Amino acid sequence: MTSAVSILPDPQLAVLNEAYRKAVARKRLRMTLATAVFFAVLVIAALGAEVNPATFVSKIGNFASYFDRIATLEGGARVWSDIAEWFWGWKKWLSLLGETILISYVGTLAGAILAFALNFLAAENTSPAPWLQFSVRRLMEFCRTVPDIVFALIFVIAFGLGPMAGVLAIMIHSVGALGKLYSEIVENIDMKPVEGVRSTGASWVSCMRFAVLPQVAAGFASYTLLRFEINVRGASVMGFVGAGGIGQELVVAVRKFYYSDVSAILLMIIVTVFVIDIGTGWARGRLFGKDARR
Amino acid sequence: MKRLPATDAENLRGRYPEIFDRPLSSRLAMPGVIAGALGIFAFGLVELEFSPGRMLAGLHQLGWIVMLMIPPDPGSSLPAYLVALGETLSIAMLGTTLAAVFALPVSLLAAKNIVPSNIFRFPVRRFLDSIRGVDTLIWALVWINVVGLGPFAGVLAIAVSDFGAFGKLFSEAIEAADKKQIEGIRASGGNALHEIRFGLMPQVLPVIAGQVLYFIESNTRSATIIGIVGAGGIGLQLAEQIRVLEWQKVSFLILMILVAVAAIDWISARLRFAIIGKRAVV
Repeated sequence: MTSAVSILPDPQLAVLNEAYRKAVARKRLRMTLATAVFFAVLVIAALGAEVNPATFVSKIGNFASYFDRIATLEGGARVWSDIAEWFWGWKKWLSLLGETILISYVGTLAGAILAFALNFLAAENTSPAPWLQFSVRRLMEFCRTVPDIVFALIFVIAFGLGPMAGVLAIMIHSVGALGKLYSEIVENIDMKPVEGVRSTGASWVSCMRFAVLPQVAAGFASYTLLRFEINVRGASVMGFVGAGGIGQELVVAVRKFYYSDVSAILLMIIVTVFVIDIGTGWARGRLFGKDARR
Repeated sequence: MKRLPATDAENLRGRYPEIFDRPLSSRLAMPGVIAGALGIFAFGLVELEFSPGRMLAGLHQLGWIVMLMIPPDPGSSLPAYLVALGETLSIAMLGTTLAAVFALPVSLLAAKNIVPSNIFRFPVRRFLDSIRGVDTLIWALVWINVVGLGPFAGVLAIAVSDFGAFGKLFSEAIEAADKKQIEGIRASGGNALHEIRFGLMPQVLPVIAGQVLYFIESNTRSATIIGIVGAGGIGLQLAEQIRVLEWQKVSFLILMILVAVAAIDWISARLRFAIIGKRAVV
């Protein structure tokens, strides 16, 4: 099959070409300017952060040799040649890892419960009063902007050293992060069931329970599992400031140059994070699978 | 209100067995899960040495600390704090950019539509996953051993830990890209590199730019804390002031962090909107 391609007469074409060139030129100019500004900011940042390529080049060997050293036992053999020697402290480390997971579990769940209680007040469509919405939102913003480890630093002084400070820090951070995500889910619901329930004369609490909750439960659970995954990572460093978990052992091993311990603990953390990732991924898949089937 | 006649209810029961006659296992599943979750929660509280007494004492102490924090006051160290804040922003900016630059080529290797072979893709993915499994703070500790104390270690720590995250996110963006444009390039005689440059990149770059901006934002938060282990920035000042119990300075520093994060949020939201808006127009 053939079809004729009509070519416009030259004067018309020239106008079009000119317009196209102009449009592209403007776009290119804007792109170049943006790139220039970006690089300028980058250079200023590099000066601010005392970035020194010379240091980097001269020390990059240390990075490779660091990994070489943490893969070497004290006797000079490779770590995998003697697993028992490598993981000599596995009983203590496993119990600390258990503590880490427990910290993030308790912190996430407590945070999720609080966020659950607060999010209906913060969502645009369900909030009973504008001032309440405003103050709850600001509170949640504060909770999630201050990093959890800063809370942990302060709580360690208030509540004493130990996992309790870590749990509370993770809890507060989770309230902020989950509260925001929850209220976004609530803002996306279908409002017709809410109207239906309200038209029967139900109170605000009943509206939330019977019209909103069934629509959002799966989404809430999914975000909570995701948060748990993130919090396991967060809890693994809580020990850096004395707030419980495996971090304490790790920081001691790094600071005192117990190289093979560093690699053993790191490996255990990575494996734990993997397992938790896969586990929560599976659980989330099941939740959403059920949702789709309904 | 009129009750349904009994026969009607029977009829309904018969018609919707999945609602009225659910098997015992599915009725018990939900309460079972909740009971299990609460059981572990209670076990955790006991195991982690929670007690009402400690809680009350701690809250009392915390109340005192909050009282001591008011009003926020930097004392005479305001210039030092501003420098530290600038350092923090620089760390976030540089670290994220470095990570993005290195992650882009690797993410191509981890994307299903670029590298169809599982054998190559799998190790790349696991490699990225294991980098992500290690927290930024741990990377900071490692880099301090390599380049010494200071903000440079922080930049490298953020770069490495974001490298893992970006690799995954970028490869997902690439996998979500439309195949038709790539096929179009191939149909007009382009080679594999042309396909990536002209078929793929125009689709994924706006997405990637949005993600990078979002990470700069969230890294401003991470960069505030890596100072706690000695990798520069405002976290160093914060950790020090908490250790010496200078609560007014602590609250001032926290306020500074909040303001800085809010400002970066605002700027990056604007930029992201500009990028996505441009994309919608083209």
